Amino acid sequence: MREAALHRGLSMHRIGAMILRYWYLLMSSWPRLLELLYWPALQVITWGFLQLYIAQNANFFARAGGTLIGAVILWDILFRGQLGFSISFLEEMWARNLGNLMMSPLKPIEFLLALMIMSLIRLAIGVIPMTLLALFLFHFNVYSLGLPLIAFFCNLIFTSWAVGIFVSGLVLRNGLGAESIVWTLMFAVMPLACIYYPVSVLPGWLQYVAWSLPPTYVFEGMRALLIEHTFRTDLMLDALAINAGLLVASFWAFLALLRSAKKHGSLLSSGE
Amino acid sequence: MTENDEASSRLTVADRSPPAAIEVDHLVKVYKQTRAVDGISFTLPPGSITGLLGGNGAGKTTTIAMIMGLVLPTSGRVRVLGHAMPEESAEVLGRMNFESPYVDMPMRLTVRQNLTIFGKLYAVKNLSDRIAKLADDLDLTEFIDRANGKLSAGQKTRVALAKALINTPELLLLDEPTASLDPDTADWVRAHLERYRKDNNATILLASHNMLEVERLCDRVIIMKRGRVEDDDTPEAIMARYNRSTLEDVFLDVARGRVNGVREEAAR
Repeated sequence: MREAALHRGLSMHRIGAMILRYWYLLMSSWPRLLELLYWPALQVITWGFLQLYIAQNANFFARAGGTLIGAVILWDILFRGQLGFSISFLEEMWARNLGNLMMSPLKPIEFLLALMIMSLIRLAIGVIPMTLLALFLFHFNVYSLGLPLIAFFCNLIFTSWAVGIFVSGLVLRNGLGAESIVWTLMFAVMPLACIYYPVSVLPGWLQYVAWSLPPTYVFEGMRALLIEHTFRTDLMLDALAINAGLLVASFWAFLALLRSAKKHGSLLSSGE
Repeated sequence: MTENDEASSRLTVADRSPPAAIEVDHLVKVYKQTRAVDGISFTLPPGSITGLLGGNGAGKTTTIAMIMGLVLPTSGRVRVLGHAMPEESAEVLGRMNFESPYVDMPMRLTVRQNLTIFGKLYAVKNLSDRIAKLADDLDLTEFIDRANGKLSAGQKTRVALAKALINTPELLLLDEPTASLDPDTADWVRAHLERYRKDNNATILLASHNMLEVERLCDRVIIMKRGRVEDDDTPEAIMARYNRSTLEDVFLDVARGRVNGVREEAAR
């Protein structure tokens, strides 16, 4: 009975073990670490110079200082958050270690929680240096957004986890042949989330689609803050409500895809 | 004694006896049009070593995967250490373990790091002592701080075995545990498994193509062919039934469809 009790409920010990596993992996490979820093830095430098150029030639952008570079930083939180989640998951597929984990007392929910924490760690490694670059090169201090930044960050990371959980389920079910979804799905969100332009630019019918995505609320909220100096609590609460629905749906989809993988024997042949 | 008393006394005796390590009951697995496992049933008592024999595609790996809960049966029932799989898997996964050529240990992590992580997943107490003991028993000390990807095939197999033994499992499922090992190392692994079973009264289910290994280790053999149980007995009884002196000859008889003729000949 003691052993049985040991495996009921969530175990911080098992979640910690998985985080340790990804930490060992990250520390054992300098190219993995470098990659975390390289792309965000490249993004902020490119868009930072673009913002400088536009600001010198357009009155609106001169007033709305930081909307482009702010959008790039927030987009990276969304995109890198999902990648941080999904890459840790893919590491198990690449290492053919998934069977070992599924056969251990590790529960799917513990596995997902470990991947979420790992996405935060990977994000911190990539995005904190990016924000410092933006500060020193372009005098844009994202931290000056203050408390609203926390609301933006939470909403973006929740969306990134929901997408990460769903695509991980797809890869679990369909094998590494579905790996490209991990890298590309978030780009499908990009034009609709209105990262660099307001929702009003979209045709009327597409605006309904845009408002079904939590990141749209965040980017609109960021523009309201930088241009009108107003924090739109209503937008953040709406995004939070949609995110709650997305997270529940993605958990459900992951468990359904895991069950389907077990039904079709995909866990034994997780190749292409 | 009334009828009820008798029934209650029988129940008490049944309750006291330990549950079978594995109960497989009319298990079927169908992948699209293929019946990979076709209505097999067997029960393994605690402390036994059973060999699962059969050619490629006989259904051994699918059977083991269903016992582990990695594959869901189409129909039938599996109970492990008294618990239904996969419904009650949380009750037993910590008490069993496995080794299979279908999975690897993470290559970039060192042997020690890998064993530490799996030890934590299985909530092993005094983990560093346990790792030191396994390193000593399985001769891992020399390369314990080397990345798993830099080990030879034989060393990797020993590490995989160490992972399978990290939680001192009551039930050990092994799929080709000595494949890719040289004869000396393979023999050494077999000796270790025999010792482990004896010391821990563990149950071992072993799928193998190595007939000598099965003859040496197993007190029972289940021969599978095309998803069905073709024969199920002690190695000696099976060899006698087929009038053969080695399990390899029996295996060839079964694989080449000479079963009925050979059995009749042996009966005469």
